[in-house]
Amino acid sequence: MKSFRGQALSWELKSGVIELALHRAPCNELGSLSLEELEKFVPALANLQLEAHALIIYSEVQSGFSAGADLRELYQRSQALEKLEAIKGVRDFLERMHRVLNLIDAAPLTTIAAVHGVTFGGGFELALACDLIIADKMARFCFPELRLGLIPGFGGIPRLNRDLGNAVVRDLLLTGRSFNATKAQQIGLVSQVVAEGEAVRAARATAAQISKFDRNTAITAKKFIKPIPYPELQREIDVFCELFAQPAVEAGLKKFVESKDAQPYLP
Amino acid sequence: MPTANQTLDEILNLAAAHFKVPREKLNADDDFFKALGVDSLQTLDLLTRLEHHFHVELPDYELQGVTDFRTLAGRIQARL
Repeated sequence: MKSFRGQALSWELKSGVIELALHRAPCNELGSLSLEELEKFVPALANLQLEAHALIIYSEVQSGFSAGADLRELYQRSQALEKLEAIKGVRDFLERMHRVLNLIDAAPLTTIAAVHGVTFGGGFELALACDLIIADKMARFCFPELRLGLIPGFGGIPRLNRDLGNAVVRDLLLTGRSFNATKAQQIGLVSQVVAEGEAVRAARATAAQISKFDRNTAITAKKFIKPIPYPELQREIDVFCELFAQPAVEAGLKKFVESKDAQPYLP
Repeated sequence: MPTANQTLDEILNLAAAHFKVPREKLNADDDFFKALGVDSLQTLDLLTRLEHHFHVELPDYELQGVTDFRTLAGRIQARL
């Protein structure tokens, strides 16, 4: 399938570049619908990557790249189930999401997240699975999970630990604060910061540069330099599920979902 | 370094221009959520613009409970 248009995302192969666009309002919340469509994308990627040298992931939604996991769906589904069933459902969802992100992480082509606006939680984790992050100057990053009594669940901590110093990871995780693209570049997370609305164009220019190199050399270089921390990723799922069993999580999710506060995205 | 009043004035100018609200309708003690008609995501957008404008990093937990321009200006002034 060279192109696809779903309810949450679409993809297309154009001039040797696969472009995966997220387009689920309000801000590409990653729930079961997005996961199902990502699970359609992964086998398509396996076929398309033979004809492509780069993958660009971006958002068509104005508010940002992605606000992260669909907390409303998570809360509603867990409310409808007994506690043990809810935890089992969460584990199943996380394992499926990890399979998708691990395949994107290890894909034998160069992957670029072109981000703008809100890039929070699971959305940030999707970007971290990519080889390069190119950020619009208005992009804002955050791991807000501790506010809910959780840790990131889509591979965020192992991938941050792979890419950054542990002190920086602790700061981002333990304060739950958001930070802008300039800060993200200073700490080594973002490779390029560009003007508003220019991230996708810059990603396409970067993909064009990558296309000049020998494909096999690029694949070998990526494999050599980008280890996938599989044991830590699996451990993250276990820790997330242990924490999810705590009553504080249900209370935190309820508070977020039912919030009429003007600042639910602020810590 | 700008004075506190200059910082406040720059915030009001920036907010008015970006959210297309007449500058003369914005006052220092206004609730900026109401005055600008912004939601939480747009507030983050404003925060990012202010950080770029003043070249500061302002942890968003420092804005918890802050709703008026004057207090916001004070938080930024403390980091200049």
